[in-house]
Amino acid sequence: MTGKSLFHKIWDAHAVRELPNGQTQLFIGLHLVHEVTSPQAFQMLRERGLRIMHPERTFATVDHIVPTTSQERPFADDMAEAMMQELEKNARDFGITVFHPGSARQGIVHVIGPELGLTQPGMTIACGDSHTSTHGAFGSVAFGIGTSQVRDVLATQCLAMNRLKVRRIEVSGRLAPGVYAKDVILEIIRRLGVKGGIGYAYEYGGEVISRMSMEERMTVCNMSIEGGARCGYVNPDQKTYEYIKGRPYAPQGTAFNRALDYWKSIASDADAPYDDVVEINGSQLEPMVTWGINPGQAISVGERIPKLDSLQAAERETASLALNHMGFTEGDRILGKRIDVAFLGSCTNSRLSDLREAAGIVKGNKVAKGVRAIVVPGSQQVRLAAEKEGLDRIFTDAGFEWRYAGCSMCLGMNPDVLQGRDLCASSSNRNYIGRQGSPTGRTLLMSPAMVVAAALAGAVVDVRELLPTSQLARN
Amino acid sequence: MTPQQIAAVKGRGIVVRGNDVDTDRIIPARYLREITFARMGEYAFYDERFGAQGKVKTHPFNDPRFQGASILVVNENFGCGSSREHAPQALMRWGIQAIVGESFADIFSGNCGMLGVPTIYLAKPDVERLMDFIEAIPGAEIEVDLEKKVVKYGDVEIQARINESMRESLVKGTWDTTSLMLEAKDEIRKTASALPYLTNFVS
Repeated sequence: MTGKSLFHKIWDAHAVRELPNGQTQLFIGLHLVHEVTSPQAFQMLRERGLRIMHPERTFATVDHIVPTTSQERPFADDMAEAMMQELEKNARDFGITVFHPGSARQGIVHVIGPELGLTQPGMTIACGDSHTSTHGAFGSVAFGIGTSQVRDVLATQCLAMNRLKVRRIEVSGRLAPGVYAKDVILEIIRRLGVKGGIGYAYEYGGEVISRMSMEERMTVCNMSIEGGARCGYVNPDQKTYEYIKGRPYAPQGTAFNRALDYWKSIASDADAPYDDVVEINGSQLEPMVTWGINPGQAISVGERIPKLDSLQAAERETASLALNHMGFTEGDRILGKRIDVAFLGSCTNSRLSDLREAAGIVKGNKVAKGVRAIVVPGSQQVRLAAEKEGLDRIFTDAGFEWRYAGCSMCLGMNPDVLQGRDLCASSSNRNYIGRQGSPTGRTLLMSPAMVVAAALAGAVVDVRELLPTSQLARN
Repeated sequence: MTPQQIAAVKGRGIVVRGNDVDTDRIIPARYLREITFARMGEYAFYDERFGAQGKVKTHPFNDPRFQGASILVVNENFGCGSSREHAPQALMRWGIQAIVGESFADIFSGNCGMLGVPTIYLAKPDVERLMDFIEAIPGAEIEVDLEKKVVKYGDVEIQARINESMRESLVKGTWDTTSLMLEAKDEIRKTASALPYLTNFVS
């Protein structure tokens, strides 16, 4: 008998039944809710007189619209305050837990789920946010969904879905100093394309992935959706179990040992078949930077922006639009592009290890004149932990702003936005036109280390030239 | 709530060209700052339609020839990016009832299905010909026939692809998944009771 992949094991364990249209009614074990994509869903429940089927499996927080300069209520932004109040009202009316601003548990939904131990191997997880794929780092199957599907999960604890195919992405070798999880996923998306993952779940494995910390794995899984894959995951291992142990919502005491049996059982079997396998040599990767208007338009920092005639016909039109929006010329170097803003944050790269790595580069240096640089921790817990280590001082001494937790400048729906044609070095996940709040604003995606290096230089630089010698020695 | 049966969509076409049109372009995030979908139609493609101080730009959604259109024709990977249902809501509330294209992002087409807006696939040359036709004869009627899986315009009839689950749900009027899935309460309970993490890992 052939083995099964984690995706199919979890799918089969959560399949309630086949629907008449051939889709699967899939049970969702954990539902995370935020302020922007949920109010309409709660309203639909009210209109139909429905309750939440599993309020104890539903957790809410506020991240997209919250200001990051102050969390004092009422928020200065009336609309943010209104959305916050709506979420609080819905949580009260329907009996679900909210992690409030100021509660020390608030933060970006994809940072706090793992941090609180809510995210565990072998679960199905859904949230009205495409970056829900992040939770796959723990060996769960996690889907971003729309608001009508949020309604479905609230009312039925289920989603109607078509089963996905599974692509195994094997990253071999070892990453060189200055090359990070962000570079790995940007390379994967460059290679497979922003639509290469449509219809697939991505399973990440290989030596590079095995060696990664849980936080690095989250960065990789987070951007699965940027490659078109609705979910991405890593098989759970000892690092996964150790990360979860002792967290507030983790199984406690003897239940933890029993949990291990389940978690180990759902990992992909050695002989699991895959619909596709892709191999990438991680040892050859370099720091990556995007030059265009989607995350697939990336090059390594030393490369030149591609010439249009070197691209396939289907890519040429988007590339041409990208060059026009970015104000770049084909064949240009990305190195040396002057930046206006540096943003370190987002559900992709705002965890403690990201801040530590960045602080190591910032220490004793100054942000370049004319650059607006902000650091936005992914959660209040990350903020507190970073402050305990003195990272906040390293950043503020250098001229970075040190903020409260939220999505901030990743998506331009709170006060943190680009102005005019600002060029932003950003550790976030999307460089779409207008993404960071200014219709003409421009985004360069890169690792946190590359972002702070750019902030210090005032331009895109190769972070490998700034790395502390201690780190170079470590590898 | 009993959703209607959608066997076909007939109406005028409108073309938005380009691959990888993401949901931030369909509706910028700053227009998500509302607790209902009611006004989303006004924001469809906002930054592509309006410049600074509301200056009107050239865009098919602003073009008088395409007002009242209900069938949107697009290229590859339409609707990629954010899961915001605000994107299909904006298109639907502007008047779009069906979208024909080369391909669609997974979450986007799933959201469309939830709203009763079919996403229909045509091969690239067929999409290009349909786009050219609509731009040449803006008022002409286009028909998307979900039962026969064809797109008809002028004297042309092209075989189309559509996700079979979506087609079945729309044609039979069973696309209200909440009601449908609530019918299986006992099975839901049974599945949940077999999940180790819902039973404190006691098997």
